[in-house]
Amino acid sequence: MATHAETDTRIRLRRSPTSYLTTAAATILLGLLVAWLVVNLVKSPSYFFTISFIGLTNGAVYALVALGYTLVYGILELINFAHGDVFMLGGMFSATMIISVFNLSAHPSTGPMIAAIVVSLAVAMAACGVINATIERVAYRPLRGAPRLAPLITAIGMSFILQDVAIAWKGPSYIAVPQILPTGRVFTIGGTHYKWDKFIVVVITVPVLIALMWLVQKTRQGKAMRATAQDRDAAAMMGINVDRTISFTFLIAGALAGAAGLLYALYFGQVRYDTGFQLGLIAFTAAVLGGIGNLPGAVLGALCIGFIQAFNEGLRWHSPGSDWTQSIVFSILILILVFRPEGLLGERTPEGA
Amino acid sequence: MRLRIRGVVSAAWWRALAAVGLPQERWRALPKLRRRAVVAAVWLAIGLILVALFGVWRTSALVIAVVVYLLALPWYRRLTIRGKPIGPWVPTAAILVIAITYPYYIGDLPQLPIFGPFPQLSTMVVMMIFTMMALGLNFVVGYAGLLDLGYVAFYAMGAYMAGWFASNQFAKQNVDFGAVGLYKGATGFHFSIWLVLLMAGVATAVVGVLIGLPTLRLRGDYLAIVTLGFGEILPQIARNGDNLFGTGFNLTNGTGGITPIDGPGFGNWAGQHLHLPANYLTATNLDRVFFWTSLVLVLITVFCSARLRDSRLGRAWIAIREDEVAAAAMGVPLMRTKTWAYATGAFFGGVAGAYYASYKSGAFPDDFFFQISVFILCMVILGGMGNIWGVIFGACFLAYLDREGLANVGAWINGHFGTHLDVPLYEFGIFGAILVIVMLFRPEGLIPSSRVAEEFHEGVHDEPLYDVVTE
Repeated sequence: MATHAETDTRIRLRRSPTSYLTTAAATILLGLLVAWLVVNLVKSPSYFFTISFIGLTNGAVYALVALGYTLVYGILELINFAHGDVFMLGGMFSATMIISVFNLSAHPSTGPMIAAIVVSLAVAMAACGVINATIERVAYRPLRGAPRLAPLITAIGMSFILQDVAIAWKGPSYIAVPQILPTGRVFTIGGTHYKWDKFIVVVITVPVLIALMWLVQKTRQGKAMRATAQDRDAAAMMGINVDRTISFTFLIAGALAGAAGLLYALYFGQVRYDTGFQLGLIAFTAAVLGGIGNLPGAVLGALCIGFIQAFNEGLRWHSPGSDWTQSIVFSILILILVFRPEGLLGERTPEGA
Repeated sequence: MRLRIRGVVSAAWWRALAAVGLPQERWRALPKLRRRAVVAAVWLAIGLILVALFGVWRTSALVIAVVVYLLALPWYRRLTIRGKPIGPWVPTAAILVIAITYPYYIGDLPQLPIFGPFPQLSTMVVMMIFTMMALGLNFVVGYAGLLDLGYVAFYAMGAYMAGWFASNQFAKQNVDFGAVGLYKGATGFHFSIWLVLLMAGVATAVVGVLIGLPTLRLRGDYLAIVTLGFGEILPQIARNGDNLFGTGFNLTNGTGGITPIDGPGFGNWAGQHLHLPANYLTATNLDRVFFWTSLVLVLITVFCSARLRDSRLGRAWIAIREDEVAAAAMGVPLMRTKTWAYATGAFFGGVAGAYYASYKSGAFPDDFFFQISVFILCMVILGGMGNIWGVIFGACFLAYLDREGLANVGAWINGHFGTHLDVPLYEFGIFGAILVIVMLFRPEGLIPSSRVAEEFHEGVHDEPLYDVVTE
């Protein structure tokens, strides 16, 4: 979605010395990163592939959440802090469906499993979409004309409220979700088995992404969304119902978060009230990395972050380990925001200038 | 909804007034002071009846009522001493006296309905510390209008400064510089806490500048996210800092935290000759001295807040908050001014953090999480961004809720409705709800500064007017 029609029109006559420094530092950093990866690959290839598969799966889940951030940011320029918690509620809905409604225990037969996944997916997507649209109606729409920080603050407030809703509903400890995904192998590469549980995450993610692309690029509603993102006033003058379009965007974003919640619950097997907050920040970083407001960018950024996290936590040779994951992710976020606010695929915006 | 409630209440009010022979137009004709006296008396009477019915009555409630009544009426506006007007200082002085003497009458206070007893002294200390932090954040959020979601980093930095320079964390060193209450053969840095407070403030301000320099050119929500990132990174360094980069260098003692940290004190000489407490931790009236000390720190912060707000720098902050582009066009150096706001806010956060660490005698990484940042932000927003009295009120009220209030309210609810709610468990949800409700219905806070209020209301429309909204 091309969000920002305004581009930086200043003419750079000469690049400043600091910009060369930045480029040099970035190149060195990337070089070190690649070298580190190559050494790890050479040392134990099969292990490297195992970790890569984990990264791909993480990235798929992050992509769904990151798309929600990017959709909302694209249309409202609002960081929807509550999005991660909507995702968490999605996980809770799915856990409830699988445990209480379908009564599944670990390793069920294929028929009930597929039924459970499909129904849970539908329920989680619908519920989260509605929740997200309701949040927009209650907490963001009344502040449409207020200073920009006002909706950001209500978003933080909504995030805490949703967490407490989850505490009131499920209590403050982890809910274990039975391992219902099959763990047989799909294919083998370099001595590593790619297993079905990881594959199913991708199998669910990819069609959702394609459907989203189709929705945004090809449908009338998607056109309205793009128009609203580009210029809300002009879109209103062209007869687009801006409020409804924004509500619809939140609905879609919430549905994506719901799908991600299901995948998270199935794949990681546990959900807690604060799961969404941490993962939401990571996904937001992914959205910023790819260029916020840019849909393919969000997917690309999410895959990058997923791989980075998996490599950091999993690789054996000189990896900082899971204690530092958050610091690394946030360092990436800060570096991107400071040096390349438009992200990997985004356009340069006045915000980042 | 809100308007309807207001309508019902005001209708009842006019009917009651008419019943005692004061219809609306005669009421309007009364002098303003007398009208205010009547309104205040009615409110106080309602309050007293509530205390008598649902709280625990003490005669002191009447004294409180009289004091509040005298303060609520601006009869002192024109008081002068030798021709100098002292009116504006009367409430400040009165509140100061009330605060200073609080330890003496705390046992005689009535209990409020729902909220229960007045806060204990140890709670008051924490309330004062959070007031300092909230006033510090007010420099950034309230004055300069930069949303900072990582204020907890400054708090952590201050606490760890106290941990490094007033405990035996670095056992290979042995420096004693005016510390009190050391046992024989203590190792590590032991600076006097007063010096450590200053060092913590300065070091934190430096960290604030280092964080600010690259990030402050970002605007609005991007800055908020970056500060949030720093607020998550610094505590993580604290948590993992017991073996940095695999070198075995123990910077922060990991999840165990640094403890014990020396207490404040003035040393034996001052203790004998000036009757100042020689060592707070062994003082018989421990909570009192901590309370008075934190009160002094808050006073210093308030003084700096007020003076800085009216200074050239403070006016530049407010100009940036109101319109960054216009401020820049008028020659306000954006980066420098914002960095100063950051450094000042960080300074007070650091001092408060160091003092808190000394009071708790420890700096623990689990104390520093994102929720604390939002907690402090909530204080500033609830009280009223940019208004010192508002921020003090917000900080005291929320810190009280955090320490005692929510537990009391929960006990009251469970006792009266037979439920088993764990109200403190929902603390942050309640704070989140406060943020949302304040932003929706009174974005300028409970005790707003008039400029902030105007800012918030100039752009708000009931219906979205697409032809007017520009941003």
